[in-house]
Amino acid sequence: MTTDIGKFKHDSPMSGVLRMDRMPHIWCPGCGIGSEVNAFAEAVKRSGIDPKKLVVVSGIGCTGRVAGYVDFDSIHTTHGRAIPVATGIKLANPELTVVVFSGEGDLTGIGGNHLIHAARRNMDIVVICNNNFTYGMTGGQVTPTTPTSAIASTTPYGNYEYPFSLPFLADAAGATYIARWTSMDVRNVTQSIEEALAHRGFSFIELISPCTTLYLRRNRLGDGVDMLQFYQENTVLKHGCDTRETAIDYQGKIVVGKFVDKAKPTYLEAVDKCAVKLVGDDYQLYGKTIPEREAEEKAEKARVAARRAAVLAAEQAASEKVVVKKVATKAPVKKAAAKKPAIGRAVPAAAAKKTPAKAVAKTVKKVATKAPVKKTAAKKPRK
Amino acid sequence: MDGDHAIAEGALAAGCRFFAGYPITPSTETAERFAERAPEVGALFIQMEDELASIAALIGAAWGGKKAMTVTCGPGFSLMVENIGLAAMTETPLVIANVQRGGPSTGLPTLTAQQDMMQARYGSHGDYNIIALTPDSPQECFDLTVEAFNLSEFYRVPVIILTDETVGHMHEKVVIPPAEQIQVVPRNNYSGPKADFRPYQFDSQGGHPMTQAGDGYNFHITGLTHNERGYPVMTAEQSKIVITHLMEKINGNADQIIRLDEDQVDGADVVVVSYGITSRIAVKAIQDARKEGIKVGYLRLITIWPFCEKRIRELAPKIKAFVVPEINYGQMVHEVERGAGGQCATISVNHCGGAVHDPEVILDAIRKANQ
Ligand SMILES: Cc1ncc(C[n+]2csc(CCOP(=O)(O)OP(=O)(O)O)c2C)c(N)n1
Ligand code: SF4
Ligand SMILES: [Mg+2]
Repeated sequence: MTTDIGKFKHDSPMSGVLRMDRMPHIWCPGCGIGSEVNAFAEAVKRSGIDPKKLVVVSGIGCTGRVAGYVDFDSIHTTHGRAIPVATGIKLANPELTVVVFSGEGDLTGIGGNHLIHAARRNMDIVVICNNNFTYGMTGGQVTPTTPTSAIASTTPYGNYEYPFSLPFLADAAGATYIARWTSMDVRNVTQSIEEALAHRGFSFIELISPCTTLYLRRNRLGDGVDMLQFYQENTVLKHGCDTRETAIDYQGKIVVGKFVDKAKPTYLEAVDKCAVKLVGDDYQLYGKTIPEREAEEKAEKARVAARRAAVLAAEQAASEKVVVKKVATKAPVKKAAAKKPAIGRAVPAAAAKKTPAKAVAKTVKKVATKAPVKKTAAKKPRK
Repeated sequence: MDGDHAIAEGALAAGCRFFAGYPITPSTETAERFAERAPEVGALFIQMEDELASIAALIGAAWGGKKAMTVTCGPGFSLMVENIGLAAMTETPLVIANVQRGGPSTGLPTLTAQQDMMQARYGSHGDYNIIALTPDSPQECFDLTVEAFNLSEFYRVPVIILTDETVGHMHEKVVIPPAEQIQVVPRNNYSGPKADFRPYQFDSQGGHPMTQAGDGYNFHITGLTHNERGYPVMTAEQSKIVITHLMEKINGNADQIIRLDEDQVDGADVVVVSYGITSRIAVKAIQDARKEGIKVGYLRLITIWPFCEKRIRELAPKIKAFVVPEINYGQMVHEVERGAGGQCATISVNHCGGAVHDPEVILDAIRKANQ
């Protein structure tokens, strides 16, 4: 797996998406957050949305640091409060695309109330929830999603509570787009984030991810590479799966896929509908009537589509070139993947599909050990 | 119009177009008024799931480019202090009205108090500063809400309107001047080159531009100790820079910020220091004392934070005593005493809430102070 965004230079393909002046990042080698951020960055590029109009909001935690590394307008809030801050931004300027990127402790523990209410309102924001079954930043305590019987620093004899199943929670609360992937399934993560960015309404993406330093170590589950293998063997792809059947038992099967994708008026659409009835066609929000806002949105959508088409065309052209090159030099797939760690989705996805597990392990290990990530969790300032 | 409604009107007049709140007596009328008015003025009202969320939404809305406010009282304010800290740290302009009721805890839901004076100033953890204003009438609720927004915009700081149930629910004539006669500090957004963009300037001054999401500056703000670029720098040196700035942009400009209302203070033997509804009770006591020949001054704190330490220090050596009536067990009296520095006596006239003072009690204290 890749947590190598710390290696990026200013001319990196991720420049313009990640704040190069803030590298290296704080995440441990093998941590799933790095690949998720790569996938997110890639999804943003491919989505065609104007990066100027994108805002990323995080709470507190290892995942909460994401807001500090992405080169968009970004807010690192207080523990649990990313969603209401995102709500305020979205409602203050509906033209913005607002993404919350945070940990499961932050979003479903201390911030759980905000999560269900934003979902209930069908607030038009994207919530990406890194679920590593642990409070990473504070040293590996039990969270609302830690599977029963798993060891955490505050459940040293095994967790005796029942965990949330997050897709079920989000569904019951009213989310209109719900997907779950593992952080290593970068291709699907990227695609899902792209879909969520385009979705109108409350999107919730759960990313199951290894906290190598704490959760894996404490439960003696090996390292990131072992987890990659575990995910490969234990994820079950079930698009449209009834969210009641998405619970995760300790080291049990992980149902992944897109579970919900439906249309429902968003909070702002509901506000408009009510206000226009009251005030009539003159109704305006922040000085703009509904037809004016709709016209602007339509124009922006056309620009987004054009940008997206250009990105995809360039990608297509590039991939054709790579194929030609590969054929010419007969470079092994493994090396080609290892050579371009910048794009997270290339490594695990390509490698996982085309090389045996052991080779993948080696490739990934190399990348992981090379990454100049200096701080371990133990040295991190506790918050 | 009552004080609560006047706050909502003041907010609209000041250009506030975003309100997030959670119902709580005796403040709910402000939220209801805003909700009613929002569609016709092109503003947005949202009832959040709790007060933690309300203030968080204000921070988002402020960086989304809108002037934003909320209203609450003690129990809700207790939940808000978390992100008052974040707003202070990120220098986010926003306005909170606390229509005080009796505490602690659920206390006296429908009855008046002034018990949250210290909480308003020190409620959140760490060293930070805020501005707080104490209106004594519905008219002042309107006027000071406008002023609260102006101060908040200029100093990029949370400003708290510390009123009380009595003023909040008191019906009086409120004159709302035509828009062009109301002085409004507009949102000042940065528009210079991206390379020079800094969300902060740690120079202990106000007047720095904000930025709004979507303008292309890719701002980053965090509750962590940060540099002028907004990036985390967690060192003792940086903490000194940030905290000094947060404290001094208010303390250092206290003379510009503070507004007092004085009557016959110069030459007085006794000065009654009061604020909010208690000032209006004090007036009666002062009139009666003057009839008895006592030289009593009236000093009303319109700005309660920053505290008018300088004025108190000036007066202390010239008078016999300060008399400080307030509807709490004695909060601002400690500030007065500290300002007086032992140069004169300081007499607390406390009251545990649920009602306003009997003017006789204040009169007695004035008599005692004059001995
Ligand atoms: C109000 C508050 N309580 C507790 C903390 C301490 N704290 C910091 S991060 C964190 C847990 C974060 O866990 P999670 O959201 O799962 O993120 P991860 O670190 O696992 O990515 C806690 C409890 C805090 N910062 N603020
Ligand atoms: S402590 Fe766990 S969650 Fe945090 S960076 Fe390290 S591996 Fe990732
Ligand atoms: Mg976690």
